[in-house]
Amino acid sequence: MARPAAAAGIVRRRSGAWRRLLRGLYARPSSALGATLAAAFLLLALLGPWVTPYGPLDQDFAARSQPPSPAHPFGTDHLGRDVLSRVVAGDRDIFLLAGSGTLVAVLVGTLVGLAASYRGGWVEEVTYRVFDSLLAIPALLLALLLLGSLGPSRVSVLAVIAVAYTPIVARVVRSVVLDTKTKEYVLAARMQGESTAFVLGREVLPSVLPALAVESALRFSYAIFLVASLGFLGVGVQPPNPDWGLMVSEARDYVYLTPWTLTFPALAISLLVIAVNLLADGLKRVLQVGDTP
Amino acid sequence: MRLEGVSVGYRRGRGWVRAVRDVDLTLERGVTYGLVGESGSGKTTLAHAVLQSLPAHGRLLGGRILFRGRDLATLGPEARRREFHRRVALVPQDPLPSLNPAHRVGRQVEEALDPSGRSTPELRGRAHALLEAVGLADPERVAGAYPHQLSGGMQQRILIAMALAGEPDLLVLDEPTTNLDVTTEATILDLVRRLVHDSGTAVLYVSHSLGVVAELCDRVAVLYAGEMVEDAPATRLFTQPRHPYTQGLLDSVPRLGSTRHEVTLRPIPGRIPPATDLPAGCVFAPRCPLAVDDCREATPALEATPEGRVRCWRWPEVEAGQADPHQPAPAGRLHAPAEDAEAVLEVEHLAKRFPLRRSLVELLRGAPRRAVRAVEDVSLSVRRGHTLGLVGESGSGKSTTARSVLGLEAASAGTVRLLGDELPRRLERRPASAIRRLQMVFQSSDEALNPYRSVGSTLGRPLRRMAGVPREEAAERVARLLESVQLPRSYAEKRPAQLSGGEKQRVAIARAFAAEPEVLVFDESVSGLDVSVQAAILNLLGELQQVRGSGYLFISHDLAVVGFLADQVAVVYLGRVVETGPARSVLSPPYHPYSEALLSAVPLLAPGVERARVRLEGDVPSPVDVPGGCPFHTRCPRLVGPQCREQAPPWRHGPDGHAIACHIPLEELASVQTALFGDGGAPAVPGATSEGGDG
Repeated sequence: MARPAAAAGIVRRRSGAWRRLLRGLYARPSSALGATLAAAFLLLALLGPWVTPYGPLDQDFAARSQPPSPAHPFGTDHLGRDVLSRVVAGDRDIFLLAGSGTLVAVLVGTLVGLAASYRGGWVEEVTYRVFDSLLAIPALLLALLLLGSLGPSRVSVLAVIAVAYTPIVARVVRSVVLDTKTKEYVLAARMQGESTAFVLGREVLPSVLPALAVESALRFSYAIFLVASLGFLGVGVQPPNPDWGLMVSEARDYVYLTPWTLTFPALAISLLVIAVNLLADGLKRVLQVGDTP
Repeated sequence: MRLEGVSVGYRRGRGWVRAVRDVDLTLERGVTYGLVGESGSGKTTLAHAVLQSLPAHGRLLGGRILFRGRDLATLGPEARRREFHRRVALVPQDPLPSLNPAHRVGRQVEEALDPSGRSTPELRGRAHALLEAVGLADPERVAGAYPHQLSGGMQQRILIAMALAGEPDLLVLDEPTTNLDVTTEATILDLVRRLVHDSGTAVLYVSHSLGVVAELCDRVAVLYAGEMVEDAPATRLFTQPRHPYTQGLLDSVPRLGSTRHEVTLRPIPGRIPPATDLPAGCVFAPRCPLAVDDCREATPALEATPEGRVRCWRWPEVEAGQADPHQPAPAGRLHAPAEDAEAVLEVEHLAKRFPLRRSLVELLRGAPRRAVRAVEDVSLSVRRGHTLGLVGESGSGKSTTARSVLGLEAASAGTVRLLGDELPRRLERRPASAIRRLQMVFQSSDEALNPYRSVGSTLGRPLRRMAGVPREEAAERVARLLESVQLPRSYAEKRPAQLSGGEKQRVAIARAFAAEPEVLVFDESVSGLDVSVQAAILNLLGELQQVRGSGYLFISHDLAVVGFLADQVAVVYLGRVVETGPARSVLSPPYHPYSEALLSAVPLLAPGVERARVRLEGDVPSPVDVPGGCPFHTRCPRLVGPQCREQAPPWRHGPDGHAIACHIPLEELASVQTALFGDGGAPAVPGATSEGGDG
């Protein structure tokens, strides 16, 4: 769920639902572009170490601050590191961090959202008041607060994404559950003495999935942005790791000397965020979120 | 207005789907023309074509529409607006979207009177006069209200007022009473009848309800699968139809006063073909009892008959009595259930209140917590093999009663006993055996089945869990269950989206029966279905009850359906039972004044037959402030005096367990009331005893 791009791009299962989804996505140029780009980024992330010419941390002092050339298509930075290799390695990093962060948020948000909003009453009230108060804090501020107390590390960045996005996912889940739980087929399942777990998992969850898929894609794109922002501010991933935000931040000092060290990571961030956003938009249209299935 | 050979299509991919084909229609001043058909018949499309309001992907594919002798297609936009749209008015099915929520309704009526005008005292006076003309007693107050503050019936009256404001030559009413209660519907129909009589406009009345059309219309056209199959004066069409489809429709509708033991409904087999996949020859041939090979090969033309037109090869034979247009009656009569059957479900003094939140001011003042009193005092008893019908209008607490009995909502007071054992109020606390024995079929709709699960999976679960069917036998049992509701075995593979409305409802019924329950609760379970499908489901319910001996609690607003299926009837008003007894007694005098009004409002399939009209004024009071004394006193046409306002009415008992909660003694009620349908029913009950009880 966290990576619909993966599903749309490379899974070749002969199942009708997937094919319908793919055909729907590729029927519109914008979502087709989004899906293709996102899939390409994912492919790069998977194949990273085997396709890049250099290691992300390898320094070649003889070739410092080189402009793009056949040997270094994206040029090299002031330490002689290959920018292309670093961008590709950063791609892997960002999928890992933003992806697993989103995954945690989606899992926790879905479980809590389903249970609390189906149960109703004071449980729902308390849960969503807590979530609302979390939502009142801007995501970046919340991230800075958390990182300040946890200390900067990959795990803390992951935790930040999970904490910031769980309430949002739970809200989306709630909106669908409130609509679904009064449906007659849910009442019918209760009338047959089904357990709450069964009602939630088999009767309610399927209606939540389309909205959840769209929201997950959207959250993933925001998570990429958040990871990059934190890297840029120096509180996220630490040097010398090849994080895109960090790379942009480091490149600021050399922007007149070696503009390519700033351009390519920045471009990568924008492209991936735009691609995932277009994909989310396409998913929304194909799955017709908002209409009853 | 005249329609000549009109065909209307919708764009589908590169081609056109012809939803309406070759319809001729003439609308004349002073004539109310009814257009009836089931869903998928093309009646709405035709109405849109008449109004020149087809959606963007729809188009007139053939024929001409003439208005006052001029072909509308030849008019430019400006001329069309001046010549046509200003002279035609529409009253839609759902009034609320047609009213601007941000303006007071008085102002909206003024705008309809004079689109360019500012509000002047003169204009306001005319608007008020118009509101009075549509039967709104207090125009001053109504004009100052916003649309959402008015009831559905009042909104519909406002729209009728706005439609009449332009003094139209043609008035199109598109199912204007479908969403209204039967008593409100009756007053709206009275209003339309009077207005048409006074103004002499031409009226096109589109409806799926045969009864409403029979009540109102002079001439009726029947549409089937986009074609007009019969067109005749109402008196002729409802007594001696020429087309087998019209006959089939009439045979599918339960008449008020006929029961399942006396009459078998004859449903039309099969279903209406989609416009994308029409049969060759006559469109009705696959479902027609008279179809011969010619019918399947050549399309009949709309031929003129002595008074009307009919599209059938064999109408002269039907006319001469040589061919029988009736569908074959289902084999096997239903016999009456045993009189002495034990009670399986007993409900006593059930109440359900939904507390309202207090505002901060009320909280500080220490005001008492108010509640919506959906169910006040309902006592029912369902016997084995019997059907108890529960009738009442919307807001009477029927559905809440059902949900409280089933435990989906925890009752606030009262007891529910199943086979003598008292049940906990909450479903989750009830033992599995009690849950199994008490099942429910919901209102037929797309919500009844989970769209993500196959029919087999939906039915297999309760079989395995509740009926204890082992896994390896489940597939076979699902198939047998499907056969018992007359669906093919192969349907286990299907998903709800692949089924028609009637088929979905059959699956829902099968699901309820899977648990082998003793008692089934049906909450408006046939209300959303077309009449021919509804007839088949009603027959099915009767047969299943016969075979399985289950007790039914059957909830419906449709008195004819309840009268057909029920052995006992309870009438509820504002959460209280006001009349109860054997169906025969409840449906004949003496009536409770409320039952009398309900029965008198039901449209009968007998145009031209005069009967007593009892009409209710005003709206159902809010269940938050239930009137004291008799809850019905605010609307009762037979109000006798202050005791109605001050004291709860006593139960007055007649023979056979018939009981009415009213201050008027039974003999007196019987002497002033006449039978409201059929040929009399039982005369006044001579042996009636009246006892002052406290209910």
